[in-house]
Formats: sequence, C-alpha cells, structure tokens
Amino acid sequence: MTDIATLTKPRVETTIKDWETDQEVRWCPGCGDYAILKAVQRTLPMVGADPANTVFVSGIGCSSRFPYYVESYGFHTIHGRAPAVATGVKLANPDLDVWIITGDGDGLSIGGNHTMHVLRRNLDCQILLFNNEIYGLTKGQYSPTSRAGTRSPSTPFGSVDYPARPAAFALGSGAHFIARAYDVSKQLPEVLTAAYNHKGAAFVEIFQNCIVYNKDVFADFTEKKNADEGQLWVEHGKPMLFAKGTKGIALDREALALKVVDVVDGDWQAADVIVHDVANRSVAHMLVEMPFGAFPMALGVIYDDPATSFEQAVVAQNEQGARGKAPDLQKLVSQGQTWTVKADAEKGPEL
Amino acid sequence: MASAASTSTVPHATPDTTPEAVVVRFAGDSGDGMQLTGGQFTLSTALAGNDLATFPDFPAEIRAPQGTLFGVSAFQINFGSSDITTAGDAPDILIAMNPAALKTNVSDLKAGGLIIADTGEFGERNLIKAKYESNPLEDGSLARWQVLAFDISALTLESVKPFGLGNKEALRCKNMWTLGLALWLFDRERQPIVDWLKAKFAKAPEIAEANIAALNAGHAYGETAELAVPVKQLHLPPAAVAEGLYRTVTGAEAISLGLVAGAQLAELPMFFGGYPITPASAILHHLSRLKEYGVTTFQAEDEIAAIASAIGASYAGSLGVTSSSGPGIALKGEAMGLAIMTELPLVIVNSQRGGPSTGLPTKTEQSDLYQAVYGRNGDAPMPVIAARSPTDAFDCAIEACRIAIQYMTPVMLLTDGYIANAAEPWRVPDMADYAKFPASFLSEVPEGGLKPYARDAKLARPWIKPGTPGLMHRIGGIEKEVNTGHLNYSPANHQAMTELRRDKILGIARGLHQDVALGETHGKLAVVGWGSTFGPIHQAVRRARRKGLDVAHIHIRHIWPLPENLGELLGNYEQILIPEMNTGQLKTVLRDQYLVDAKSLNKISGQPFRIAEIEAAIEGMLA
Repeated sequence: MTDIATLTKPRVETTIKDWETDQEVRWCPGCGDYAILKAVQRTLPMVGADPANTVFVSGIGCSSRFPYYVESYGFHTIHGRAPAVATGVKLANPDLDVWIITGDGDGLSIGGNHTMHVLRRNLDCQILLFNNEIYGLTKGQYSPTSRAGTRSPSTPFGSVDYPARPAAFALGSGAHFIARAYDVSKQLPEVLTAAYNHKGAAFVEIFQNCIVYNKDVFADFTEKKNADEGQLWVEHGKPMLFAKGTKGIALDREALALKVVDVVDGDWQAADVIVHDVANRSVAHMLVEMPFGAFPMALGVIYDDPATSFEQAVVAQNEQGARGKAPDLQKLVSQGQTWTVKADAEKGPEL
Repeated sequence: MASAASTSTVPHATPDTTPEAVVVRFAGDSGDGMQLTGGQFTLSTALAGNDLATFPDFPAEIRAPQGTLFGVSAFQINFGSSDITTAGDAPDILIAMNPAALKTNVSDLKAGGLIIADTGEFGERNLIKAKYESNPLEDGSLARWQVLAFDISALTLESVKPFGLGNKEALRCKNMWTLGLALWLFDRERQPIVDWLKAKFAKAPEIAEANIAALNAGHAYGETAELAVPVKQLHLPPAAVAEGLYRTVTGAEAISLGLVAGAQLAELPMFFGGYPITPASAILHHLSRLKEYGVTTFQAEDEIAAIASAIGASYAGSLGVTSSSGPGIALKGEAMGLAIMTELPLVIVNSQRGGPSTGLPTKTEQSDLYQAVYGRNGDAPMPVIAARSPTDAFDCAIEACRIAIQYMTPVMLLTDGYIANAAEPWRVPDMADYAKFPASFLSEVPEGGLKPYARDAKLARPWIKPGTPGLMHRIGGIEKEVNTGHLNYSPANHQAMTELRRDKILGIARGLHQDVALGETHGKLAVVGWGSTFGPIHQAVRRARRKGLDVAHIHIRHIWPLPENLGELLGNYEQILIPEMNTGQLKTVLRDQYLVDAKSLNKISGQPFRIAEIEAAIEGMLA
C-alpha cells in the first residue's frame, strides 16, 4: 500500500453554507433525501474537503438529483452508469475526491454490473446507495430491493421475486468498506466521515424513507419506539450490544452462525458477545446477512480493511511503463521495419 | 505514385511480359498460420519496394474443426510496380494448404492461374471433410488452371528432421516452407523473415531454427526442383513511389497512432476506454503499450462502461476515446447522447463489421452509416468521419481529435474490418507538418460571471476541469439553460438549445472542401464513395476513363456534416453512382440533403468490391 501520509490532502476550512447551491431542491416535502443531503453537507466541512476538488457523480433517479444541490463539481449522468463515469474521472485526475450517488434501482438493477466492478476494482471513491426499496421517480414500481409481496403499479398482485441485499452484494463483489445508516440517523455524518477517510471504494447503504411510494418501510427499526430493539450500531473494538446493552450478538459455534444473547448486568463477556473488528471479513458477511426480525439491523461501519486502490495501481503501472522512455511522436510513427525510397526508384529500396 | 492500371497476368508467362501486379492468395486451415504467412510475405514485398494492398479473411471461430470448409483462413495480397489500391479482384496464384482451402477459394482464381497445393493433405479424410467426392488434383476438374501439387507436408517434415520436433510441431513449419517457396517465386530476400523468426522464438531457439530450415528448404525447392509446370522466377520491379521513409501499417495501428498524435497535438493526456470486440480490439492492444505518451487504457466491464469512463475522463480534462464495432456502438448510444448534451469532447471509433446483431464478426461491411449519423434518441447531431484506407486512418484519427476538442463534441470515426486488418505501405509522415491544436481550459471566472454553456465563435462551450478553484458547476443529461447550464425544461429554451447543438455541428462544414479524387469537376457520371471502397472505385474509374468514359471519382471523408461545396459539386454531374457495402445508406443521406437522383450499387456479401463489378456498373450507366 502507498504511504497514507502522501495521500492526505490539505484541509480546507468550509462551513455548511459553502456546500449549498442556489438551486431549488426539488424532492417531495418530507423526503429522506433532505436529511441525507444535510448530513453530507455537514460532513464535508468536518473532513476538510475542498469544494473545488470534490466531484459528485450520479446516475438517474430521485437520489441522483443530489449533485445539483452541492456546491462542488457535479455530473448527473445516465441511468446506472455513475460508477463508470466516476472511474474515468478518477483515472484522469486521481487527486479529485469522488462521490457516487445512486439508488437501489440505479445501482443494483440497471447499473448492478458497474456497481460490482467499481467495488472489485476498489476505485477510491465514496458510494452512497440510497435504498428506499422502490422506484420513486417513475412513480412507484417495485425495485430490486423491494420485499417479496410488494404491491406496486407493476406488481398489483404483489412482487414474487427475492430482493437483493445491497451490503451483502457489495461485500460479495469484493468491497473493502461497508457501512450502513438511515437517512435521519444522527450517526450518518460519522459513518460518512469513515467512508471519506477510507482509501478505496467505500460503500454506504443508506435506508431512505420514500414518503410517497413506500412510506415507513423501515419503521420497524428506524422509529423511535423500535430503535433500541431494532438497531445494532457496531463500532470497532466495542462489543456488539443493543437494546440498551441488555442484548448482544454472539457466535453460535455449533451452527457457525450469529445468535442473539441476553446480557445480564452488563456482563457481555459472560454472554460471549463479539467485539467488533472492522477488519474481520467473515463476521462482516454474517452481519450483513442477519435476517431482520430475529436479529436487529446492523448499522455503522461494518467492514473497513483498505487495500491498494484501482487508480493508485493504474498510475503506478503507467509510471513504470513510461519510465526511461521519452515520448517522441516521430519515432513512434517510424517504428517497425522501415525502408527508404530514393528519387531513383529503379534501383530499388534501401533496407 | 505511378498511374498505370494493374492488369495482372499469371507469373508463369514468359519473362518479357513481366506483369505490373500480381495477386497471391494463401489459404489454409485456421490453424495453419496463413495470416502469419501473409503478414511476413507482405513485409518482404514492402521491403522489395513493391506497392501493395492486402485482404485478410479469416473465420470467426478461433480454432474451427481442422480441415472443414468453414475453418478456412485466407490472406490475399496484391502487389506490383504500379499504384496498388485494392487487394485485387481475382488471384493469379492460389496456395491451398488443404482440400477445404482449395474448394472455398479456387472459383476466385483467374482462368489460367496457378494452384500450388499440398498433396500431403489431400488424403481421403480431408477430401470428405471438404465434401469432395474425388481428389480434384487427380480427376481433371482443375483443368482451367495450372496445378503444381507436391507433398509440402513430407518435404517440411524432412527439412526439420534434425531438430527432433514432434510430428505435430514439425508440421506447424509448413507455412514457413510455403513462404520460402513464395519468396523464391518472387525473388525476395529471406533475411528479414529469418530475423523475425529469431526474435519471435527467442525463448525457443530450436523452434526458430526449425522454421528457418523449413523456410530455406521451401526456397531451395523452388530453385532446384524440376517443377511439373514451367514456373519461372518473377521479379517485379519496385513501384515508382514518392521519396521518403516507408513502413507497413494496418488500419488498427494507424488509428492508434493517429489518436496518440491527436492527443499530443492537443497537448492532452489520452484516456481510452474499451471492451474487447472483433475487429476493434487491436486498437486497445496497441494503445495499452504507449504509456510514455500519456495514454491511460481501461478495459471496462462492458461497452457502456467503456464510453461512460471515457466521458468521465473528458470531463476531468483528458481526451476521452472509446472504440468498438457495430453491436458495441449500439450499446454506447445513450452515452453518446450524454456527451452531446454535456458538450464534452470524445472520439468514438467504430470498426464496422457485417450486421445486424452479431452478424459477421470477421467480415467487412459499411452498414453503420445510419447508426453513426442518426442512431441516437432525440435530435442528437454528431460529426462523423470515415477513413478510406489503413494509412488514411491516421489523418482521420487526428481530424476526429481536432473536431472533438475545438467543437466540444463527440465525434465518430468509421473504419471497417477490412481497413482495421489490412496492411499497406505507409510513407511515414513528418510530424512537424501537423499543426498543433492545443486544448484550452477555463481557468478563472470570466467577465460577466461563470457561464458553463456560454459559446465561442464556433458555438463551443468552455471546457472546465474539476479541480479548478472558483468554477464549480453541475452538468448532466437534463436539458440545459442557454448560457448558465442550469436545468431548464421550458419550451423556448429547449428549442434554442436544440438549434444551438444543431448549428454547432453544421458549422463544422464551413471550411470543409470536397475535392474530386479522379476526373473532372463536372461531367456525365460521378462515382461517389466513402470508406474502404476507395480502392476498387478508384481503379474502376481509372479503367473506365482509359476507355474514354466521362466519369469522375468523389470520395467523402466527412460524412456529417457534409462538406460545404458537396451539393454544388454533385449538381455538376448528369448521373451519380454510389457503390456501398450496404443497401444504400450514403445514397439516402445524399438524396435527402441535396435532392439528387443518386443510384446505388450494393454489395453485402462481407467481401470488398471487385474493381470489375464497379467498372461494369459504370459502363452500364454510361451505355
């Protein structure tokens, strides 16, 4: 890995206001996107990001309008292709901070292929996938993350296919950073900061409430009354506790699976509760696969284990390939076996 | 270049009738190394100072079942002392490495032409595979031609015996034995091939030595054997060509070099996003080695990602380039619209192949003209340039880069499978002759404020790189407001922006002048072509003019927008004939643009036009 110190960019002092554009925000009143936008605008000054050096790249969908509302460089591209455009941006100028904004339809349906490849290549960028389990902009059809049985204009009798699980998909694609949060969670800026500080592709699934077409679909864990039992915020080096510390996650060694255990008097060690290690890929797989209901929803930074990023590798290879060679167009076009023709062609060419 | 036409005669004629040009076709199994043999024979021909053109024709299958008709791979070369512009109509000599190669190629051979066949491969099994009921070498069915049949397989095995290769490996040297014979036949130097073999098999010297032995044995066989028909060694004098340094170049190489030159002339790094597809992959291969020229290549996960990444790179200040063939170009369509809407420079190379759908991956066709000019949703104008030959592709690639940068637009460069694979001698250009066109980026807020969609005299918008302080702005595929670039759906704005995009592209025509490639600027008939039909059209018009016919050849490089004077020029002729390897696509465009009564001559067989086919059409129209 390249020395982290050489990657650190100078901090730029900004405020939330510096990240707001003069454009009228056009999401439905009460949409979860507003909260995510605020959280991002709050995060950027925290991490010392430079507006001139920041690029938001999005696809198509409600979430993908996002770049218009952030005072930085922004590129609202075409449906599903933001990761591919972002790859070109970052390879052309590795110094840029690249954020990809996508949704469940954009990133996992039409653009699933690109999401997979940007993750396996480990392009240095932040990927925020707004998951609202519905197609909002096209007026409410079920999406690849909609739960089986979702009734929508295109599935009036209920959807029959199994949903994709974004975080599990990302991890399976080879991501080195996986985090989860929801639109109005107060920890969102913290999660975004961790994503920003991760060198490589940082995948953040953000559960987002579509109040028009899929209202309160995440209420089982986001609503205040359900938060304690429904949310497991994991933190590196801390035991996996929830329900105000009365329950925890432990390993069922027989079944090689996770289980919920009761914690009595705060003695989590006695209950064998797992201490979260962000570099443990196996446990990360189990956390993103935990079925909600029997288990709480795992939130926070689930996995963070950096590796050489794609653009670093490309730049290194380009430099190595060019080393010691001076570009000379005339030489380039004159390559291969050549011969010279003199004015008196009858004598034949000179080799 | 010399002006004499290429009328070929067979090489076993008496020495006092030395022909100006000869067409040789090597044909064998796809595993027989015919493309390699042809390539090396091309090199030796170029080194002998002959002008030449080649036509590689190979199956889509990498290793088709041995000995089958569909597994035949062929390489044709036309070379001589005169100006050669096509791979030749009918071969004078056919070298057939097995019955299938003979069967699929012999009907093209000129009457009286020479067949060289390997009897060692004409056993019963291979005859059955080639669907021969009896051995054509023995049953008199080849009486129209001269036949020279001997056991090349056995002679090869004998020549490589000292190197202790296995039977299979030893037989692989057959192509070098055959090449040796061909070199003798045309009085060629063996040394360049020997050098090449040594370099190619540097890690396996015994293989190199075996191949060299086979090459020498083939050559010696020609020199010493008493051949059954009187073959006389033939020396074609060098073609009279312009002074200078020469090399051979394929279209794929020339495009790669032209793209690099274009980016260098623009003083930009180049980003190439590609996805493997026949016959366009060679461009990706060439460019991936040229790191010292500021070239970044990216093999994307699909065609869409290839173009999308190139757009992203252009947005970030590189010259974005992508390349594909018809089916891949179709996939890139939506992204082209994005590049048009966001007005970013981009070069899209389409190496056309037979279509629709998967079509004929390894065969040539020029049927993507509609796709290039019209094939996007919305009013989405885009410049289109077509290369006429492998060497022309170099200048066309530079031209595509220039237009893309100066007009802030995607540009499509059309070539085809024939141009991509074919080789021809190239007079190495003096790069000092090419004018630079440095790209400029907006670096600070201009007077009157930042307007990402303001226009210059060419109607181009400013190129603004992310990373530039103070110029933050947002772009995207949604309709832009005039000047500001903000989202704007209003009717008047869309009308204005659509017209702006149209006028910007049409403005490129100013200063584009269409000249006449051969003949007068007025007359009875103009034969109008584009792309790789240049050679056969040119020769056909030349022959017709020799017969006294009033015909001219016009070849269009700028397909969209068309050159400013083209309409007027076409109006100067009584009739217009447009030969195309499609069902009449340029014809439709020209009829639409100029209301001219253009007639089509179509060939959609996956093979280039023959000179005679166009000549007959000219004579028909002027009869």
